[in-house]
Amino acid sequence: MSEAQAVRPAEVAPEAAEEDPPAGRLQRIARLQALQILLLLAVTVGIFSVLKPDTFPTVFNLRGIVQNTAILAVLGVGMTFVIITGGIDLSVGSVLVFSAVVADKTMAAYGGTGWGTALVGAVVACLAGLGWGLLNGVLVAKAKVPPLVVTLGSLSAALGFSQIITKGLDLRDAPRTLVDKIGFGNVVGQVPALAVVAGVVVVGGIVLLHRTRFGLYTYAVGSNAEAGRRAGVLVDRHLIKVYALAGTLAGFAGILNLAFFQSTTIGGHSNTPLNVIAGVAIGGTSLFGGVGSVFGTVIGLFIPIVLQNGFIQTNVQPFWQQVVVGAVLVTVVYIDQVRRAAALRGARPGLAALFRRRS
Amino acid sequence: MTPVLQARGISRSYGQVQALAGADFDVEAGEVVALIGDNGAGKSTLVRILSGAESADTGEVLFEGNPVQLATPSDARRLGMETVFQDLALAPHLSPVQNMYLGREVRRPGPLGWFGFMDTRAMRAGSREAFDRLGAPVRNLTGPIGSMSGGQRQAVAVARAAAWAKKVIFLDEPTAALGVAQTQNVLNLVRRVSAEGIGVVFISHSMPHVMEVADRIQVLRRGRRVATFRQQDTSMEQLVAAMTGALQWEAH
Repeated sequence: MSEAQAVRPAEVAPEAAEEDPPAGRLQRIARLQALQILLLLAVTVGIFSVLKPDTFPTVFNLRGIVQNTAILAVLGVGMTFVIITGGIDLSVGSVLVFSAVVADKTMAAYGGTGWGTALVGAVVACLAGLGWGLLNGVLVAKAKVPPLVVTLGSLSAALGFSQIITKGLDLRDAPRTLVDKIGFGNVVGQVPALAVVAGVVVVGGIVLLHRTRFGLYTYAVGSNAEAGRRAGVLVDRHLIKVYALAGTLAGFAGILNLAFFQSTTIGGHSNTPLNVIAGVAIGGTSLFGGVGSVFGTVIGLFIPIVLQNGFIQTNVQPFWQQVVVGAVLVTVVYIDQVRRAAALRGARPGLAALFRRRS
Repeated sequence: MTPVLQARGISRSYGQVQALAGADFDVEAGEVVALIGDNGAGKSTLVRILSGAESADTGEVLFEGNPVQLATPSDARRLGMETVFQDLALAPHLSPVQNMYLGREVRRPGPLGWFGFMDTRAMRAGSREAFDRLGAPVRNLTGPIGSMSGGQRQAVAVARAAAWAKKVIFLDEPTAALGVAQTQNVLNLVRRVSAEGIGVVFISHSMPHVMEVADRIQVLRRGRRVATFRQQDTSMEQLVAAMTGALQWEAH
C-alpha cells in the first residue's frame, strides 16, 4: 500500500506539473489578504499602545473605537455582498438617514419611550431601507442601469426626501430605552450593546456568504453572471435580493445611528458610503466582483477608526488619518491586484512563480 | 433504431441572413456524431436551436421520436440534454465543485436546508465521482477554477454536462483552445461519455479530431445537411470536399 503510494506520484508527475498549478491559490491569497490586514491592524494598535500606554489601550478607549465601527460594520456587510456581485452601493449613507427620519417620525407618532416603541422604529427603519434597496436592485437588474448611476441617484433622492420630511432640521425623538440600552448600554461588563448588535449582523453575514446558496450565488453572479444564468441561476432576482439586503441593513444602521447620536444626523453621512467602500476594499473584496469576505471588511473598517483615534491621542493632526487611509487603501488594493492577476494567469510561469509556495 | 434526437427541416433567418435552410440532423443514443461545416454553415445556430437557446422559424425537433418544443435551455435540460458552450460558462472564482453544482445545489436535510445551507460534503463526493468516472484530470476540487489549466476547465465543463445529461450532450468546439495532451483528455472524455449510452454531438473544425472520435459525421453547408458519413467509410479529403461543396452526397 505505502509502496504503491510512493510510486504513483512519480508516475503522474510530468502531467501533474503541467496540469495542476498550486492548489487553491486564489483562495489562499484571499485568506492571506485578510490575515495581512489583521496584522496591519494589530501592528497599528500595538504602536499606539506603546506610544500612549495610559490612554490608548484602555477599556474606555477601545470601547469607543468598537462603538464607532459598529454602525459602519452593519453597512459594510451589505456593501460586501453588493461589491462581490460586481456592483456598488453609494446610497447607503442617505438610505441610513432616510430610514432614521422615517423611524423617528413613526416613533414620535407612536409615542412612549419603551422597547415597544424602539421595536416599531427598528421595523420601520428596516422596511424603509428595504424599499430603497428594492428600487436600487430593480433598476440595476431589470433596467440595466449601471449600479454607480442608480445608487448615485438614490443617494441624492433619499437625502432629498429626508430633508423634505424634516424641512432640513434634525429630528431627536429616539425613545429613552433605545438610547440607553442600545446606543450607550452594555450587554455585560463593558461590552457595548451596539457592538453586540453589529457583531450579530456581521456573523450572520459571514454565515450567509460562506455557507448558504445565497452566498454562493452572490459570488457566482460577480464571477460570471452569464455562466450562472446558463446554469439556471435567476441572476436578476438574485441581484435584486442583494441590493435589498444592503438597503435593509442600511435601514437597520439608521435605527442604530438614531440610538447612538440621538439625532437623524441628516448632514453627517455624505462620506459614509465612501468610507464603507474603502473598508470593503482594504478588506480584500475585489471591486471587479467574485472575491471577498465580510470578515475582511470588518477589519478594513477598523483601520481608519483606529488611526484617527490614535492620531488624536498622539497629538498628530487628525487630518493625517485621511492621508494615511488613502495611502493604505491604494497600496493594499494594488498589492492585492498584482497577486491576484498572477494567480489567475496560473498556468504560466514567471510572475506566478514568484508567489508559488511549496506544497 | 429511433434517434434520441432528430431535427427535420430546421430553418432560421436573422433578418436577411438565412443561417439554416431546412437542415436535418440526428443523433442516436451512445454514439458520437460530429457536426462539421465551414464558418457560417449554421453549426452553432443548429446547436443553439437544439439546446433550446434559440427557436427555429420552421421545422420540427423530435426527442425519442416525439415532437418537442425547446423554448428555453431549461426545457432541453429537463429532457436530459446538456450543452458545453465554447466559452465553457464556468465561474472562474468558484471551485470545480461549486461550478459542477451551480444552480443544482444539494441542500442540507431538515430546517438548515430550508434556509439555503448546502451539503458541501455530498457535493464534493458527487463531483469527485463524476470526475473519476470520466477520468477527468481534476485533482484540486476546492481552488478557484480560474487558476486551473485550460484542460482542467474543459474537463470540468464536460464532466458537469455529462453528470447531468441523461440523453444528449452538445460540445461546441471543445478542443479549440487546448494543447495536445489536453485535447487527448477531452477526446477520451467524449468516448467515455458516449460509452454510457449518451448521444454526443461534437462540433469541431479539426478534421483529425473528428476522424478520431466520431462514429458518424454530418456535414452542414449553407444551412443544410449536405452529407452524412460513417467514420470508417470516409476520409479527411472527402469531408473537406463535402464542406466546401466539391461533393454533394447524402449517404444513408
